[in-house]
Amino acid sequence: MSVRHALPTLAAAAAVLALAACGTDAQSPDTSPTGTAASSAGESVVLEDGWVKSADSGMSAAFGELENTGDSDVTVVSVTSPASTAMELHETVENESGQMVMREKADGFTIPGGTSLSLEPGGNHLMLMDLVAPLRAGDEVAFTLTFSDGSTYEFTVPAKDYSGANETYEGGEHMDMGEHTETGEGEHMDMGDE
Amino acid sequence: MARDRTPEAGRSGPSRRQFLLGGAVAGAGAVVAVGADALTRRSTRSDDPTTTPPEVGEALHGTETVDFHGTHQAGIATTPPQACTTLVALDLHTQTDRDGLRRMMQLLTDDAARLTQGVAALADSEPELALVPSRLTVTFGFGPELVRRATTGDAPSWLRPLPAFGIDRLQEAWSDGDLLIQVAADDPMTVAHTVRMLLKDTRSFARLRWTQTGFRRARGSQASGTTMRNLFGQVDGTVNPAPGTADFDELVWIRDGWLAGGTGIVVRRIAMNLDKWDELDRSGREQSVGRYLSNGAPLTGAQEHDEPDFEATTAIGFPVIPEFSHVRRARSEDTRQRIFRRAYNYDDAPVGEQISSSGLLFVSYQADVDAQFVPLQQRLDELDLLNEWTTPIGSAVFAIPPGCAEGGFIGETLLT
Repeated sequence: MSVRHALPTLAAAAAVLALAACGTDAQSPDTSPTGTAASSAGESVVLEDGWVKSADSGMSAAFGELENTGDSDVTVVSVTSPASTAMELHETVENESGQMVMREKADGFTIPGGTSLSLEPGGNHLMLMDLVAPLRAGDEVAFTLTFSDGSTYEFTVPAKDYSGANETYEGGEHMDMGEHTETGEGEHMDMGDE
Repeated sequence: MARDRTPEAGRSGPSRRQFLLGGAVAGAGAVVAVGADALTRRSTRSDDPTTTPPEVGEALHGTETVDFHGTHQAGIATTPPQACTTLVALDLHTQTDRDGLRRMMQLLTDDAARLTQGVAALADSEPELALVPSRLTVTFGFGPELVRRATTGDAPSWLRPLPAFGIDRLQEAWSDGDLLIQVAADDPMTVAHTVRMLLKDTRSFARLRWTQTGFRRARGSQASGTTMRNLFGQVDGTVNPAPGTADFDELVWIRDGWLAGGTGIVVRRIAMNLDKWDELDRSGREQSVGRYLSNGAPLTGAQEHDEPDFEATTAIGFPVIPEFSHVRRARSEDTRQRIFRRAYNYDDAPVGEQISSSGLLFVSYQADVDAQFVPLQQRLDELDLLNEWTTPIGSAVFAIPPGCAEGGFIGETLLT
């Protein structure tokens, strides 16, 4: 089910990909997503109440309220962090068997102007695929969002101990997970805290 | 994918400005405010669909908040004391070092800054429970071991277990600790949720040592300035420096060093033998304390706040206020030997043949525990008829660091 794309490293490629992938969204694919707005997406977006789940190794996820203070739609196409060798934008959906699973949101997160996108356990989130070092409670972790117009937004959030956010990962085949448990068809996201 | 911002709990940080509501300010240090969120787009009613409109004339206090940030930590000079409290003490994990202490206190400060303003903490898994702050305060205290691990900053000489008193029957389970968290609010649900949220953020750094809960009359049952009663029925705490006065400031706040703006706390768990107290008639009860049970007036006076006359004698020449009474023994000629009391009652589940396991969660604040509390307690230890019915079973001393500004954290004067 999941359509996976390699994450482009070039913002231009990201924009093209986002445009191609967002054809079914309200956003019109034949106009620039930034339109004639004076400010870039990176200048319009703020993350409030952000946090990332602490973990010893393997995967983790970051959450918060992503607010688009501008008038135009913005689309997050990728996210990076020095805390993880790779990151993905994830959504949580119900699979064929009725199980809630998380999977990559290949066409990115589009946030209409003046609205917010909730990144929360059990919903959309920023997925850290392979931690480079333990995320300890209270550590400050930096992230960079890249938008379809090539602009970026950097923020820092604290790591918090959290027992939830244990969604099953639908497409675990690319992951090098330090600690995980098998849960049938998917990989269980085990953040390694005791 | 994207959707409108829904009125879910806890989506705004504590940085949102607060509006003071006129008439709700109850004394210095107890700035009662209603969060801007509660007044504007995030009223409690719209946030919590289970909240029904109040009855006509029904006064609701749930959205009242006490400022978290400031020179001093809240929860000390906050008046009147909230109806409910829970104090927890924790022992640090062996691996919790200075950096760990900083991370822990930053997390706990952020939690407290949000929750006290009626905003869910980050990663709060029950955000709806945060929406009724009810004058919630969270106050942190540091034990000797925590200060030692901070490696900088001298511990005050009084930051140690109190000297052993003859009346003490201390249990380790109710004594000492490395980190104290005092949570107080007018609503017990708020206290429970706050304690749970804070303790979740301590698990990487410390383990729970003891928990003590206490209560006073419920908010709104009596005029808020009423002196509390203990479970002996006594008016308890009449003589107390008033927050906001120079006298209070002098007695409570530390002037120098990393504790400037902070204070010292003594927590004593005092079991009260209600069965034995039952054997005492009313005049005997009044003699033991030196005050009338009816209104707390000294036996030489008519009103609660009348000054006791220790020179007054009965017709046959005995002091009206007995030498052995609590009031007499607690009074010192040295006005420096005074403390600020903020006690609560406790009423545990009885064990065995007991029908009650009750007592006083004695809490006092003073700038210098050795100079102010210890001599007072020594006099009571030597002679206080009330000792017949009361037994200290727990004891702990902590240094209360100063408050912090927005963006700072409690303990920053020690840990940064």
